[in-house]
Amino acid sequence: MHKSLFNNQLFQMISAYFKEMIREPGVLFWGIAFPILMSLGLGVAFTKKTDVIRKVAIVSQQNNPDLSADTSLSIELLLKGLAMSEDSAGNEKSDYKLFIPDDKMGNTTLLFYKTSWQEAMIMMKRGTISLVMSEDSGMVRYHFDPLNPDAQLTYLKLTKLFGGEALAPDHKNETIEPLTVSGTRYIDFLVPGLIAMGVMMSCMWGLSYGIIDKRSKKLLRRMVATPMKKSYFLVALITVRVVMNLIESLLLLLFAWLVFDITIQGSVAALLMIFIAGNIAFAGIAVFISSHTSNTEIGNGLINAIVMPMMVLSGVFFSYHNFPDWSIPVIQKLPLTLLADGARSIFIEGAGFRETFVPFLIMVTTGLVFFVTGLRIFKWH
Amino acid sequence: MKGLPVIEVKDVHKSFKTVQAVRGIDLRIDHGQFVALLGPNGAGKTTMVEMIEGIQKPDKGEILIMGKKWKGHENELRRLIGLSLQETHFIDKLNVRETLRLFASFFRLNRSRVDEIISIVGLEDKVKSYVVNLSGGQRQRLALGIALLNNPKILLLDEPTTGLDPNARQEIWSILHSLKEKLDTSLILTTHYMEEAERLCDFIVIIDKGKILQQGTLNQLLLTESPKGKTIEFTIQNPGLAVQKLFDESPYNVSLEKDNGKRTVSLNQLEEDLPGFLAFLNNSGIRIENLEFRRKTLDDVFISLTGRHLNA
Repeated sequence: MHKSLFNNQLFQMISAYFKEMIREPGVLFWGIAFPILMSLGLGVAFTKKTDVIRKVAIVSQQNNPDLSADTSLSIELLLKGLAMSEDSAGNEKSDYKLFIPDDKMGNTTLLFYKTSWQEAMIMMKRGTISLVMSEDSGMVRYHFDPLNPDAQLTYLKLTKLFGGEALAPDHKNETIEPLTVSGTRYIDFLVPGLIAMGVMMSCMWGLSYGIIDKRSKKLLRRMVATPMKKSYFLVALITVRVVMNLIESLLLLLFAWLVFDITIQGSVAALLMIFIAGNIAFAGIAVFISSHTSNTEIGNGLINAIVMPMMVLSGVFFSYHNFPDWSIPVIQKLPLTLLADGARSIFIEGAGFRETFVPFLIMVTTGLVFFVTGLRIFKWH
Repeated sequence: MKGLPVIEVKDVHKSFKTVQAVRGIDLRIDHGQFVALLGPNGAGKTTMVEMIEGIQKPDKGEILIMGKKWKGHENELRRLIGLSLQETHFIDKLNVRETLRLFASFFRLNRSRVDEIISIVGLEDKVKSYVVNLSGGQRQRLALGIALLNNPKILLLDEPTTGLDPNARQEIWSILHSLKEKLDTSLILTTHYMEEAERLCDFIVIIDKGKILQQGTLNQLLLTESPKGKTIEFTIQNPGLAVQKLFDESPYNVSLEKDNGKRTVSLNQLEEDLPGFLAFLNNSGIRIENLEFRRKTLDDVFISLTGRHLNA
């Protein structure tokens, strides 16, 4: 090694922290393999339609719960024609089973349970079924919560089967075009979110916890009892983190490209800028919250207090537009939202520097303000 | 430089929320002196040494290192001092050489100094071992090595052998012994092992409850502060009623150590007084199981100063 590097503080610190990190096998799993597995799991689960099982209860008469279960109903007569009667023992002990193949929307299996009204209500409360069919003097009635989209779908499927023309117009001339264009799928929404989350988690846990741990082990105290430059200590830790975050994100991106054919539609340079800004924001926050405590459990709590709300609110996994309207402007200014939305706009909408400049500026400022404040109150021993 | 004290501590006080850790300490350490701050746990030794190290600030009083205050001279003084804290955990997954290399870079030292240190503290076989896999003694030797990296004029070691087994302790002592012969270093070490203070240091400061009780060379302390005379230690075969006579009627000042049943008596003139003492025991019907003459220790000094054992 070159002599000037051997006795260069910053180089030696970066090298030491990098070794510290990569020698912990857990770091590689949680930092690299875990986000990839998560994108795989969620991407597959929400991108490919799998077979759906819909369960329906059949009740003979709403007002006559004592009616014998043996009495045949006209719904049943219809079902007997359409469906397989299921008497054989299985996990799902339904009375009738109807399989509707659909290669575009995904296959549906309808399971019918013939039961009493009370029993049906219990099943409804437990969430086993979302819809009850009843028959009253030849009239078929559907009972369900109109606000439950799942029940609505079941209703639509059933009316298609059983007639009810008024509500179910003829679909024969309609075709359904599922949207699977790159950029509109769930995985396209998810990957930028996962990258943003990875940056936050890695900074908050890696950096904050790392600092608090070094303080509680008295290593910090020992190091500042030398002519070490204090700023180098933090610069080295942050550098190692940012490099690690970049590697993690690139691997996730590579994976998503290979498996899900994800593309970056906007400017790659703008993406790098917004990524760096996100790192600055979270590194600053991490230094700030770890500036005082030497207790790792308090550290845990502090980190969670920052990380948890953003995990829930910032729309990493699902859009935050379902939150109340008044909260949206607040949510949109959280650092994780800024980073996730910024990255998403570049990935999906093809945005560039112009569109991501404001979030970039907000994140960099946030990071610097927290960093400087944190450094002012930083407890070295 | 002779004449100017290396470290001067003037009427230093330091309190924490609930404890007054240091309550008015004055110290003067001269060039090349090896000084022990000896006292039980909680005596204020660590607080005192950390104030000298510049890690903590005194509430009151003044500390001068080579005639300079910490304030305004921090960078300069850091280069003169080598220290080891009471307990430091270095980075677990860094090996011995890498750890030394990291700290060497803080002083802008090169590779050859790292190799020198490895051989001084005898960790040649462990250079590639992760810190987390070192034994307590090896870890302490690493900490000592880091303290020695910059060839310090002042070495400050806070309980360098606490918690180590006797072998590991001996190894640290022999490293420090050879340093004393070879180097031009002043040392302050804190300890609650009287043997450590006796073996390594030429000046001993006894501290208890934040104050200096006594200070001096080992001989000065033993002569002035321990009970006069020679110490005889004995155990009694038939402890019972007769033993009470020993305390009530004998002209000898006998004390009992509760935990091990040993009794001690101090005799001014061993040659003259011992026969009389034995005759007294015989006349009282006391049978002796074991009797020995032992040298006085710093523990005796501490007991006479405080009424307590050093490591009680």
